[in-house]
Amino acid sequence: MSDIADGETRIVRSTVWSAGAGCHGGCGVNLHVRDGKLEKIEGIADHPYNQGTLCPRALALKDYAYHPNRLTRPLIRTGARGTDTWRPASWDEALSLVESKLSAVKQEFGAESTVFVQGTGRDVGGWLVFLAYNYGSPNWMQALPGNSCYHPRLLAMKVAMGDYVVPDNSQFQQARYESPEWRLPECYVVWGQNPVATCNDGNHGHWIIHCVKRGSKLVVIDPNYTWLASRADIWLPLRPGTDGALALGMLNVIIEEELYDKDFVEKWTVGFEQLKARAAEYPLDRVAEICWLKKDLIAEAARAYARASPAALQWGVPVDMAPEGFSVASAINHLWAITGNVEIPGGMIVARPAFGMTAYPMSQDAIQDMYGDLMDKDQQAKRIGVDEFPLVRHMHWRAQPDSVITQALTGKPYPLKASVIAGTNFVVGAQDPLRWRKAFENLDFNVVVDLFMTPTAMALADVVLPSASFAERDGIRAWWSPLTAQNTAIRFGDCRSDAEICFELSRRLRDDFQFETLPDLYRYYLKDTGQTLEDVREEHWIMPPRDSPAMPYHRHEKGLLRADGKPGFATPSGKIELASSQMQEWGYDPLPVYVEPTYSPVSRPDMAEEYPLILNTGSRTIAFFHSEHRNVPKLRRLNPDPLVEIHPETAANYGIADGDWVWLENHVGKCRMRAKFAYVHPRVVVAQHSWWMPEKVREKDYGAYESNVNMLMPGGLSSKSGFGGAQVKSVLCRIRKADDQAAA
Amino acid sequence: MTVYGLWIDYEYCTGCKACEIACQQEHGFDTEELGIQVLEQLMNGGQTYNFMPIPTDLCDLCTERVQREGRPSCVHHCMAKVMEFGPVEDLARRMSQKPRSVIWAPKPRPRDQRPFDGADTGGSAQ
Ligand code: SF4
Ligand code: SF4
Repeated sequence: MSDIADGETRIVRSTVWSAGAGCHGGCGVNLHVRDGKLEKIEGIADHPYNQGTLCPRALALKDYAYHPNRLTRPLIRTGARGTDTWRPASWDEALSLVESKLSAVKQEFGAESTVFVQGTGRDVGGWLVFLAYNYGSPNWMQALPGNSCYHPRLLAMKVAMGDYVVPDNSQFQQARYESPEWRLPECYVVWGQNPVATCNDGNHGHWIIHCVKRGSKLVVIDPNYTWLASRADIWLPLRPGTDGALALGMLNVIIEEELYDKDFVEKWTVGFEQLKARAAEYPLDRVAEICWLKKDLIAEAARAYARASPAALQWGVPVDMAPEGFSVASAINHLWAITGNVEIPGGMIVARPAFGMTAYPMSQDAIQDMYGDLMDKDQQAKRIGVDEFPLVRHMHWRAQPDSVITQALTGKPYPLKASVIAGTNFVVGAQDPLRWRKAFENLDFNVVVDLFMTPTAMALADVVLPSASFAERDGIRAWWSPLTAQNTAIRFGDCRSDAEICFELSRRLRDDFQFETLPDLYRYYLKDTGQTLEDVREEHWIMPPRDSPAMPYHRHEKGLLRADGKPGFATPSGKIELASSQMQEWGYDPLPVYVEPTYSPVSRPDMAEEYPLILNTGSRTIAFFHSEHRNVPKLRRLNPDPLVEIHPETAANYGIADGDWVWLENHVGKCRMRAKFAYVHPRVVVAQHSWWMPEKVREKDYGAYESNVNMLMPGGLSSKSGFGGAQVKSVLCRIRKADDQAAA
Repeated sequence: MTVYGLWIDYEYCTGCKACEIACQQEHGFDTEELGIQVLEQLMNGGQTYNFMPIPTDLCDLCTERVQREGRPSCVHHCMAKVMEFGPVEDLARRMSQKPRSVIWAPKPRPRDQRPFDGADTGGSAQ
């Protein structure tokens, strides 16, 4: 059993994912429970993901789960939106209301008029897909322009490689760094990420530190001198938003100097000559000028990466958020492709869900696999964005968020009427948040699922459903390997898990719903895995056997990647497509290309006079997950104020001292933050994102628009593919000391 | 008497502060009470950038926990795995192999000890 008796304290083994730590998760934990109350949380020492370690957010779970402001019962609005007017309701009443409203929308306007909105890679993502699918709406989305969080990278890999790949930190080996099969990356490139503060996309950030400690040479690409940058052998403080040029420039060095893996390129790739010609358009002089970097440094980084074997690369969301994020991701993808760092120990390895179990489908194939033809073709064709963006039509099944916002505001081509918003606080977290707010104010009925009252729920919700932290719910997960179980340790209030909520709504909204209970659905997910639900719960985590298609290495040689069982990659040509046949077919440039940010000193010299600094935002902090955790005192202590990092010399030019309150301003808006001296590029300031003040007045949006850097974000899209280009990494701004130095 | 301590490889301490929160949880400390504090050292124009975890006088080296399960909470949870617990003599051998590391040998003082305990402060500064 998952419960191990230990005197009077029960220990429940579970997995961290989403609400609580907030993250994409995967850490194995022992939850100590006495008399139904959580006593403490401990990392499990031999869990392959976290090896006993835990981050501050997970360690503060008790303060989060038992927070006095947790929502404990469903709420139904009694007054106007934006006012603090609610009455508590039973689940049955609240869900019946949601059921009747959504059914009415479906009947009158069609199910497509209801949109389902998620935030980051929380477990609710899979559940929203499930709910939307059962209800019959093709419109589910990430609350972010261009789905600019991992989707562009995932798609670039899918198009070029036929699969998703991740750096090999030994994470798929139980013995981890001691595994005899694994090799330490000789060189580790960290591209636009601060892994100290974050465990993105199934990749535990500190794995990189473990590798560097063991001797991996480190290359860090970041305009900010992070602690990690200080430990780098080569640090490239590039101009924000120019990642695409840098990647193409590095490709060019590697190709020109013949540092690429010729055998691998010949045997396993197509389109090399085309890529070579494209890369040649990015000579060092040009790239150095674009990126604000010294030529030699770029060449040195390219050589260090290409000469190392194996070499690993971890990338962050600036790749997605660059203009044409898809294209930037493709260029970086080709770095590991032409150097042959594919499916080798310590290189980049194909990541597939353990035992083939997908509970969180992204691609159309996966959705098809899971739910078959549950939605008819006419209905599928109503997905927002498919007409405008072939890539949206053909690949990941998400509605195009920017098109959704426009459609909510215009009612064209068909009206949007209702929404289910879960695990996102976009009234704070979206770029140009007031436009998003207005778009959803246009809808007749909004359901918000959350653990706390947020500015989004206050502004938009007609019904609020109280959700559960990860300690309060069951589940199974295969975000790559191992396959893990989440086991319920405690109950809080009348809260229900996202899974329970979406399951119950699906049951109510679909006539021929085929599952009796949630465990039935888990069993359905597990049906082809050879694992039983009981086993997964009992074992807590199960690493697939060595010869499983989910396990590295050299799977392309063994014929484990393609559906037809032939050697090669799951692309149309069977090779890694350096020039993509599919992109060509869909009317796009088949090769990566650099696109200048919309608002930069280069593209808008006219604006740069008034707004001389580049504003970069969205970097993670260890204390918070995006807009969350400001209300947990132990975490807030780590980061009490909204900070903007600035170089001391830049600050001196503006008469700003360390710790001063300042205004950031640009053509879109302004916000008030606190200056923190850092060795960030002198022409760049780096501002923390998604700040709101849970301690402030509820009906005044909790101060959500005072210290919120998203007020300076232009919003909208800078990508032709529909994926990427959220433009939060490079816009223009100016800074001045605030007259009023009182705390926010 | 064997003196125990904490060895910390501050070359790779990332400043994640998991140790601070782990310690608070283990001892039931309030928000402002710390058994270990991570200080940032960013100076000399960026030439020096270190995080330095320093035990406070609340650190009891997790005496109870160590008896039960062998190592302190901070050591167990440290994200970068840069902390070790043991007799200072053993730790000194580690330190002799690893520059940019440090050993602390904490000795706790009572939790409720405050500077003005003996003074009449007129009700303030408690
Ligand atoms: S050894 Fe225990 S008491 Fe000391 S700092 Fe670490 S967790 Fe706190
Ligand atoms: S947990 Fe470890 S890495 Fe993090 S601040 Fe403490 S000593 Fe440093």
